[in-house]
This record gives sequence, C-alpha cells and structure tokens, in this order.
Amino acid sequence: MSSTNFEKYKSDGSLAGNVLEWVDARFPLTANWKGHLSEYYAPKNFNFWYFFGSLALLVLVMQIVTGIFLVMHYKPDASLNAAGVPVAFASVEYIMRDVPWGWLIRYMHATGASAFFVVVYLHMFRAMLYGSYRKPRELLWIFGVFIYLCLMAEAFAGYLLPWGQMSFWGAQVILNLFSAIPFVGDDLALWIRGDYVIADATLNRMFAFHVIAIPLALIGLVAAHILALHEVGSNNPDGIEIKAKKDEKGIPLDGIPFHPYYTVKDIVGVVVFLMVFSIIVFFAPEMGGYFLEFNNFIPADPLVTPPHIAPVWYFTPFYSILRANTVNFFWIDAKLWGVIFMGLGVMILFFLPWLDRSPAKSIRYRGPIYKGALAVFVVAFVILGYLGMQAPTPAYTLVSQICTVIYFLFFLLMPWYTRIDKCKPEPERVTQ
Amino acid sequence: MRMTMLKKFLIAALFVPLAVLASEGVKLDRAPDRSTDQAALQNGAKLFVNNCLNCHGASFIRYNRLKDIGLTEQQIKDNLMFTAEKIGEPMGISMSRKDAKEFFGAWPPDLSLIARSRASESGSGADWLYTYLRGFYRDETRPTGWNNIAFPSVGMPHVLWELQGEQVMGAEHKLTLARPGKLSSKEFDDAVGDLVAFLVWMGEPQAQFRKQLGVAVLLFLGVFFIVAYAMKRAFWKDIH
Amino acid sequence: MSSSEKKVDCARRNLVFASAAVGGVATVATAVPFLASMAPSERAKAAGAPVEADISKLAPGEMMRVEWRGKPVWILHRTKEMLETLKKTDALVADPASKRPMQPDYIKGDSRSIKPEYLVVVGICTHLGCSPTDKFQKGAESGIASDWPGGFLCPCHGSTFDLSGRVYKNKPAPDNLEVPPHYYLSDMRILIGEDKKA
Repeated sequence: MSSTNFEKYKSDGSLAGNVLEWVDARFPLTANWKGHLSEYYAPKNFNFWYFFGSLALLVLVMQIVTGIFLVMHYKPDASLNAAGVPVAFASVEYIMRDVPWGWLIRYMHATGASAFFVVVYLHMFRAMLYGSYRKPRELLWIFGVFIYLCLMAEAFAGYLLPWGQMSFWGAQVILNLFSAIPFVGDDLALWIRGDYVIADATLNRMFAFHVIAIPLALIGLVAAHILALHEVGSNNPDGIEIKAKKDEKGIPLDGIPFHPYYTVKDIVGVVVFLMVFSIIVFFAPEMGGYFLEFNNFIPADPLVTPPHIAPVWYFTPFYSILRANTVNFFWIDAKLWGVIFMGLGVMILFFLPWLDRSPAKSIRYRGPIYKGALAVFVVAFVILGYLGMQAPTPAYTLVSQICTVIYFLFFLLMPWYTRIDKCKPEPERVTQ
Repeated sequence: MRMTMLKKFLIAALFVPLAVLASEGVKLDRAPDRSTDQAALQNGAKLFVNNCLNCHGASFIRYNRLKDIGLTEQQIKDNLMFTAEKIGEPMGISMSRKDAKEFFGAWPPDLSLIARSRASESGSGADWLYTYLRGFYRDETRPTGWNNIAFPSVGMPHVLWELQGEQVMGAEHKLTLARPGKLSSKEFDDAVGDLVAFLVWMGEPQAQFRKQLGVAVLLFLGVFFIVAYAMKRAFWKDIH
Repeated sequence: MSSSEKKVDCARRNLVFASAAVGGVATVATAVPFLASMAPSERAKAAGAPVEADISKLAPGEMMRVEWRGKPVWILHRTKEMLETLKKTDALVADPASKRPMQPDYIKGDSRSIKPEYLVVVGICTHLGCSPTDKFQKGAESGIASDWPGGFLCPCHGSTFDLSGRVYKNKPAPDNLEVPPHYYLSDMRILIGEDKKA
C-alpha cells in the first residue's frame, strides 16, 4: 500500500480547505487517512473476536496517559522516610490519598496492566482460532509476539515500583532465574540488580525501563504491527483472502472501508470494554487479590519473605512451566531446565506460522483433530495459570508437569496433526 | 431477628464441616460491615487514638482527613489530635524507629494499610482484624503473657484486656472468658467492630466515594452504549 | 430511492452528532481528574497551612521571622519612634497609601498593619524575589544615607523599604512588600495565612 497512490487534497476555496491543501502538499495527510482508515478495506465479516486489537490500542494509550500523570508524583527511592516507610512505597500511598484524584489514576493504571494482558491473550487466541499468523501474515505475528514479550518486561519492571512485599520478592525470584545460567549466571544476576540484593539501584533501573525504554520499543513495535497488518490486509473468521476477489476498481468484493464501518463498530466495543473496566476500577480494584495482591500493601522488607508468594496472574502459566521440572537430566540441574522450558514456552510462539501445515486457516474449516488439540491446549494453559498461583504440592506438581507436556506437544506435533486432519473445503467468498 | 438467627445457624451448620476440612489455620469470624456508619467510625477513631496510636502510627492518614467520617476540625483537635500540632499532619507517633525496636524488640507496624494487607483467601482484612483483636488469651510461656489464636506467638500484648477481660485456651482449641472485663462480651465485640471499621476506613478513605462515582460512571456509559450502538446500526444497515 | 437515502443520512448524522456529544462529555469528564491531579496535594496544602506566631516575647524594636509556605514572614514590633518615621517617609516612597493591592483590605494607612505596633510582611523583595536585610540603625551608620530613618535594604539590587515595607521612589522594586492575610487569635498570638472568618 504505497502512499503515493492517493491524490492530493484540492481546496474548495474555503480557508480550512486552503490550510488542508497547504498541509497535504507537504505531509501525507490524505494518503494516511485514506490508506489506513477510509480506504483501507477490511473484511465485512469480523466478529466479536476482532474487537481486541483496537481495545489493545486503547489500553496502550490509557496506560501511557495514566503513567505520565503517575510519574509526576511517584518517587523511585528505596530509602526510608521519617516514618520508617520506603519512600517509593509512601509515594504510591501519597498518590492514593494526598494527590487530588490520584487514587483514580493509580487504579486505572493498575487495572489497565491486567486489562492489557486480558485483551492481548484474547487477541492472540483469535489469531489461533482463525489462522491469522499464516502466510502472508507471519511477520505481523512475529511483531505481535515481540509486543507480548515487551509487555511482559514492562509489567515485570512496573510491578517492582510500588516497592511492596510482592514487588520485592517477585523481582527477587525472577531475577534469580538469571543466576541459573551456567558460568555467567551469578555475575549476570548481580549486574542486572546492580547490588547484592534487590535494592535502590534495581528500583531505579526498573523505573527507567518501565517509563521510557520499554514503552519506546512498545510503541515502535505497535506501529510496525499495524503497518504490517495494513500491508497484507486483515484476516477474517473464514480465513480466506478477500483480496483474491476484487471488483473492476480493485476493491475487494467482501471488503468495506475501515472508516466509518469499523470505527463505529469499535466504538461500541470500546464502550462495553470501559463498562467492564469501570466495574473493576470502581467496585473491585483489588479484584480479590488478583490485580493488586494483598501482600503488596506491606512495604518491601528484605528480611521477611511473605508466607505465600505468587506472580501476578498473567505470568502464572509460564511460572508453572518453570516450576514443573523437578529432575536433573543431561547434567543440567532442574532449576536451569525450568528456566529453559519457560523461555522455550514463549519462544515457540515465534515458530507457529511454520508449524501449522493445515490446508485451511480458520477453525471453521479445520478438522476435529485441530479443534480438539486447541481445546486441550487452552485447558492446559488455564490450569497452568491456576497452578502458578497455588503453593506447590506433589499432586499440583504432577498436574503442572502433564500440562507442560501438553503445552509443548500442541506446538511440536502441530506439523503432523494439522497435515493428517480432515479439513472442510474453504468457501469462495466470506460467509456471515 | 429470630429468622436471621436461624438462618445464620443453618448456614453455619452447613459450612462447619467444610471449614474444618478446608482451613489449616483458624477460621475467621465475619466482621460487621460498618463502612457507612459514621457513629461507628467515629467511635472506632476514638478507640484507635486511645489504644493503638501510642505505639503504632498511621502515617498515611492526616488528621484533617477525619472530617470525612463526620467530625469537625475542632472536634478532631480537641478529642483526637494528641500526636501532632497541626491538623494537616499525619497520625504518626513520637517514638523513633530505633527506640521502638529497643523497647518492643520489633517496630510496631504502621496501621494505615493493615486492613488491606491482612486480607487473604480465608477472609477479608476486616475479618482477620476482628478475629485477631478478640482472640487474645493468657499464655504464660510467652514473654508478654499473651498469645493469640489468629496470630500465634504474637509480639503485641493484649492492649484491650481491661475492656475484654482475660480469656484462656480451653479444650478443643476454644477460648473461654476466665475473668470478665469492663465490657460484656457483646459490648466488647461491638467496640472491636467499630475499631475494625475504622481500620478498614483508613486503608482506603475514599472507598465510599469511589463506589458512588462508579455508579454515576456506569450510568453514563450505559447512555453512551445506547447512542453508540444506534450509530453502529445506522451505518451497518447497508452492509451484507 | 433518493428520498429514502436522504432520510437514512439524516438519522445517521444525528446519531454521529449525539455520539460526538456524549464522547466529548466523556473526554472532558476524564480530563478533569487528570488535570486536577496537578493541583497542590493534601501534603502541599498541609505544608502551606496557616502558621501561628507567638509575639509575647517580641521586645519593642525587635523583629522575628516565621516561615509560611516556604517564605519568610517578618513580624516587627515597632516602637513609637519607629512609627513616627513613617510620616516622614510618606513623601519619599512610591506608593504611600498602598493603593496597589499588596495587602488584604483590612490593612490600611501608612502603618500597613492591624495593630500599628506590629508590622507583618512577607520578607521577599517585589523586584526579583531576594529577601531584604533589616537596617534599623538610623543615619550614616546604616551605610545607606546620612538621613536614613531605618528600614530594609535588598542586597540584590539595592531597593530600599521603610519600616512599613513601602518601597522608596526610583528603586528597582515596583511594589511595597506584601502583607500576608493574618489575624489576631488573641492579644499575643497571630495566625498568618488566613483571613479572619466573618
């Protein structure tokens, strides 16, 4: 979609028209408006699952805006104030109590973090339902996985900032993973912390990552993700290419301009999302301890670990995979295997476009094997997530081991079972 | 009244076996909800200032914030403000951290957020506090002479013992009152209910306003939804 | 055909306007808390709260300093002799009747005070914000002029003020020193930072 294909704006003689013409002659305003909105043709059969892309963008904007206002009052400082409370912890409570409307901004940001993952997990699941990662959208998917990785880093760094007990001990556990790496691990963990324990230096660098470094990368990746999408065009619930059937003007027969059709539709999605979001922010900001953990209302104390620590819910599936391995094999100890499996668990997502060999993209035309595999995978992923929040028991460990195996088999056996699966013929045109 | 008693009994009878199976620790009593009862909150504030604020600070609460529970600035200054000079100052304690550590062996934690941090799967922070504050019993093996069912080997002595009296651990891990205090057991539970309500209030003073605002926001979004949905319908009429 | 299309367009346009209106309200309603969060916090308000000054130990001719909102507030116990000088300086200062609003309504006349003996002013030069030094010694010993009646000198750019904080003519400072809102809680206690409630 080259931006030079669009005609430049011609003034109708009015002042506003003249200004627009002047700007358009010097900036690709019309080209971008048409190329990305009013003449970007999206399939007309998007369903419920297609709301989550625009919602993810909304949450990103919301996190950036609330974040800017929080940074005006937050202080990344682990030293103790006159009342014996760490300055960083006290500054969060200062925002909650002393800053006018600070509580609302903070709850929006904290809820927004969880909302981001809810929306992104559903967005990724949509891609798995309809084969949106398949050719020609492999790079689009890869950008998306990078966005997911950035989000995890962003959430991890951000979670340290309130400097509560869960912030501290969560970071302690995760940063100690690096020490599992052979030979350089301990030095690496020390270098990342910048101190012998999680300390002021760690807090300050996580602050730098959270407020500027990772957001910059995230915004760049989101731009690349959208550009890649608009280059190849959106997939749809039927998983067929609408560009294959065009009218005499070159417009896809099953395409409709994104604006106004999907802008008005997405506004409805946004309002519904905001209703759910508001219910949480105003009536259950802690979400029963899942969004704001109870132990994080205690200031960080390097001498006392809370009796039960667990990562925030969006990390727990991978945390379960980390804990699932309890045996040493191939001369590598269990701890390192755990780290390797966790890393592979995320990395394997990059290869999804090439693992899938099914003739059909959409689940609507795939055979029973893939449908079953995806269902089992989702159940295993949810169980892993649940177990990651529980204290480990022998029974739980066994279940998490089974689910870990299922998680990996879903991907590793995909080239085989997608090929032998009995697919239905894909339709010529999109269906409703 | 009798009906609710009966109901409570039935519900308790239903859940007792479950609770015994499920909980390893102590089963928490349910604290009464007095979050909107200003008289209870004010009484709780008085109990807090007189009994807790000597050793525990509440450094995230400013004295003038107590206006939110229906007190005037003058009432706060006259009846509650013993640890500060100015109404805008936080409810701190004069003891230094170091002195406190020497004196008590540990730093008595700040109580601003105690109700939020004590929540767990077994109950809300209010439930835990309600059980804890009524759960002290005589235990001569402890340096203070006191132990607690919700907080085994607790470091704090029973500050409210004059009000409650002395409990001892009886058979089957049940507390019995060995020596009555100034208040009857019902009056004491009521007072602790007020104190817990105040501790909960301190955890998030704007909680009531937050909920009220939430109702308004949701009503507004409801209107927005109707308009946005109608607009979507109007545009999508010609598709298909 | 064309008339029915027109109808549809009309309904659509109305709905677009309605959505834009509701969305606009939503945007403004969301912006308000964010912008309000930049106003002084409860901590800033507590730090900027009125301060009490006890003047019972302030001897005639002496001055004390009180901090209010991070600024020095001077309380000068003026002697009869000091008050006499104000009549002389009336002709020498730029705004003798304090016409420009540098004080609350209840501060009037050349003594610029509630009780003439006690001057309460913010000790910040109205030129560029330095704090003037007191020069209560009269005449040449003050190092200012042989006929200096006593007052204040700003060390930064040489503005001079009389014992009511009124700026002399032809000096860099444009205005008299500011008199903060204040009132007497009792004979010997002043509350600085608040007007007396009606």
